[in-house]
Amino acid sequence: MARAVTTQRKTLNTVIAWGIGLLIFFPILWTILTSFKTEGQAIADPPLFLFFDWTLENYAVVQERSDYMRFLWNSVIIAGGSTLLGIIIAVPAAWSMAFVPSKRTKDILLWMLSTKMLPAVGVLYPIYLLFISLGLLDTRIGLTIVLMLINLPIIVWMLYTYFKEIPGEILEAARMDGASLKEEILYVLTPMAIPGIASTVLLNIILAWNEAFWTLNLTAANAAPLTAFIASYSSPEGLFFAKLSAASTMAIAPILILGWFSQKQLVRGLTFGAVK
Amino acid sequence: MGQITLQQVQKSFGDTEVIPPLDLTIEDGEFVVFVGPSGCGKSTLLRLIAGLEDVTAGTILIDGKDATNIPPAKRGLAMVFQSYALYPHMSVRKNIAFPMRMAKLDKAEQDRRIEQAAAALNLTDYLDRRPGQLSGGQRQRVAIGRAIVREPEAFLFDEPLSNLDAALRVGMRLEISELHNRLATTMIYVTHDQVEAMTMADKIVVLQSGIIEQVGSPLELYKTPRNRFVAGFIGSPKMNFVEGDEAVKHDAHAIGIRPEHIDVSPKGGTWSGTVGVAEHLGSDTFFHIHETGLAETLTVRAPGDVQFKHGDTIHLTPRADQIHRFDASGLRIS
Amino acid sequence: MATQQSRSAARLMMAPAVVLLLGWMLVPLIMTLYFSFKKYLPLRGDSLENGLQWVGFQNYIRFVSSSSFWPSVQTTLIIVGGVLVITVVLGVLLALLLDQPMWGQGVVRILVIAPFFVMPTVSGLVWKNMFMDPINGILAHTWRFFGAEPLQWLSQHSLESIVLIVSWQWLPFATLILLTAIQSLDSEQLEAAEMDGASSLKRFWFIILPHLSRAITIVILIQTIFLLSVFAEIFVTTAGAFGTKTLTYLIFQRVLESQNVGLGSAGGVYAIILANIVAIFLMRIVGKNLDA
Repeated sequence: MARAVTTQRKTLNTVIAWGIGLLIFFPILWTILTSFKTEGQAIADPPLFLFFDWTLENYAVVQERSDYMRFLWNSVIIAGGSTLLGIIIAVPAAWSMAFVPSKRTKDILLWMLSTKMLPAVGVLYPIYLLFISLGLLDTRIGLTIVLMLINLPIIVWMLYTYFKEIPGEILEAARMDGASLKEEILYVLTPMAIPGIASTVLLNIILAWNEAFWTLNLTAANAAPLTAFIASYSSPEGLFFAKLSAASTMAIAPILILGWFSQKQLVRGLTFGAVK
Repeated sequence: MGQITLQQVQKSFGDTEVIPPLDLTIEDGEFVVFVGPSGCGKSTLLRLIAGLEDVTAGTILIDGKDATNIPPAKRGLAMVFQSYALYPHMSVRKNIAFPMRMAKLDKAEQDRRIEQAAAALNLTDYLDRRPGQLSGGQRQRVAIGRAIVREPEAFLFDEPLSNLDAALRVGMRLEISELHNRLATTMIYVTHDQVEAMTMADKIVVLQSGIIEQVGSPLELYKTPRNRFVAGFIGSPKMNFVEGDEAVKHDAHAIGIRPEHIDVSPKGGTWSGTVGVAEHLGSDTFFHIHETGLAETLTVRAPGDVQFKHGDTIHLTPRADQIHRFDASGLRIS
Repeated sequence: MATQQSRSAARLMMAPAVVLLLGWMLVPLIMTLYFSFKKYLPLRGDSLENGLQWVGFQNYIRFVSSSSFWPSVQTTLIIVGGVLVITVVLGVLLALLLDQPMWGQGVVRILVIAPFFVMPTVSGLVWKNMFMDPINGILAHTWRFFGAEPLQWLSQHSLESIVLIVSWQWLPFATLILLTAIQSLDSEQLEAAEMDGASSLKRFWFIILPHLSRAITIVILIQTIFLLSVFAEIFVTTAGAFGTKTLTYLIFQRVLESQNVGLGSAGGVYAIILANIVAIFLMRIVGKNLDA
């Protein structure tokens, strides 16, 4: 059992850890603070921390000037849609691999993982061409499909590692009890796997939300999500720190909150179950 | 009602044959125990009967009807798993109701059977709890309850007591035996514990490497083991085996004598040796005896009040009518 | 181990995922391979309908012999290597620190993890403008406060700046995984070592570090895969200028900016090969874990 730690030692740990934690968090904190300043205060030297005239004006300007809500909506549709689609395709696949393993299951899992490692830039033009010929360029449906495909291996893997933890005997019991395959998945597996499915959904929404290669290269005006919306701030005109901060805060806030909920599951998902 | 016949049933996983062709008949109402060391194929055999595995060749008849290709749910069998396999997200009531819900039984009948099973298994107060809130023994009862309500042709038990502690195991053993007496339904029970097999079975099937070594009542197996494997597996402590000159005297390659069939005396026995470890159980005392010139160690079971210490010389007399003789291939000579 | 029936059901249920991923992998891959052997300049009128001219390995040779190729490889290596060293070393230290008893551990954990959830375009722009801007950035203010001349971060120290930004994004990932690994260490092992007279430094070196080696390898491999294709951070900060053109960025420019699809595709094939070399090592580790 753990031994008592001296208060001194604990205080020292606390001070150092909080110092480093705040340092790492500082860019985010600063962005949030700056979003409530006027442009003049945003670049004041020495910098203003808490004593400035808090204003919501930047948020109003950002929304008015660039229609933030439309980008947000695109992000929600694309991240949510690709995750939902991925789950629907991945649940049966993960069920098969976890409960009816064959000699090839391992190879299939590893092969799926390998598709995730294909550098996107290597296939950029073919996808671009296919998107043009299929009329998918700059559409939400096109981007939803692409993000579903790039995250499908992770979804399958995460679900697989969660399903593996459900004892096969329980599913066999259901079979003995007269449940059909559909009933077995619906009444027994899914309810037991809900926590695993939920964290898979959460992590994949985060990944899809932040994806910034395909979203930048396959969208223009119509389907652009928040990643592209922020990138449009990269050519500055005059003083704009406060507005950039407001836009950034709005883009990252939803996912920061989701992320904090899912931090425990993050490790398993990102290491394909290799670290738990 | 619940007669199960296996005809030339064979099972391979890939190239490895785990069960060579095998015939077995289980009569209606019998309590049959499959026993053997781990990896002997007893669980696989049970799963073949359950329909959770396909047979590679052969036929399984349930009540005379070919059930070889019938899915598990349609065979009319209920199974109790080693891990109990309770549905953790359902209450005890819902767990027990699940097979009836799948069979679309009407609600009133479901409730009637649940109440009945719960009363019989002392679960009435726990019906609204989740499996996670129950003790091991209670979970075991829920698993049995789930099996009972289906009113199956036969019950299949896959090492159901191996996750319980020793005291509970003895209690559950009795409960299952009583259940069998009450329902008189066929039960097939898999275990690696020969004590469970001896105490519960009407008929024991001893398996090794997928091969049936012997089928018989507990006493038949104890009294006339067909070969050295069965002789060594059934009975506790294990039978002593002696080879060499002493066996030749009995016209055999090896002779076997159970520890309880050797009498001890301070002097004047057939054999003699030195006491190694003496285990005093109160009712009995087990002596492990060395330097007999017959085998590494001989185990002897003596009454509890017999006093020999480590290092004492002890004289042994096997009961002549209890000596089992085996030939070079290990088969019994009768 | 299951019945024939469940096996065929399993195959059927696996089919959609397998077919989709197979298509997603093969179709563009074959197209890229095909383009890489062709002269394909859409702006000069080349198109699939009119047929493309076969040029053999010319694109492959030209891509490697172009003056931007070796600098881009060097840039890629510096970014990947720099970020790996920083994140792994600081990650181990930070994980050790966070594993210590303290007040508000949960909150500190959240603070440290937060950068991972910031989208790459946001972190690129926030760092570029609010921190690294040579006049109004926080770092410039800080330098002036200490009486130093502010640095021209993204123009004169461009590579270091990119490494800094990307490290900030990936440090949480390394820390989180290493912390999880440290917490899985059986404390009895450490107590046994303490009984055996090992100092805390020795305990770290002989017990904690070996225990972490697998997690560290995984962090390195996974980060390498992602770092090789770092894109948005460069796109919004320097757009590949000031010596920050990585292999990925070079291919991107060849394909989309100068619209030389054949040449870019040849580069893409190189990138795929490079990523696969790393991937093979990662797969072996993950694969071994599957057996366990």
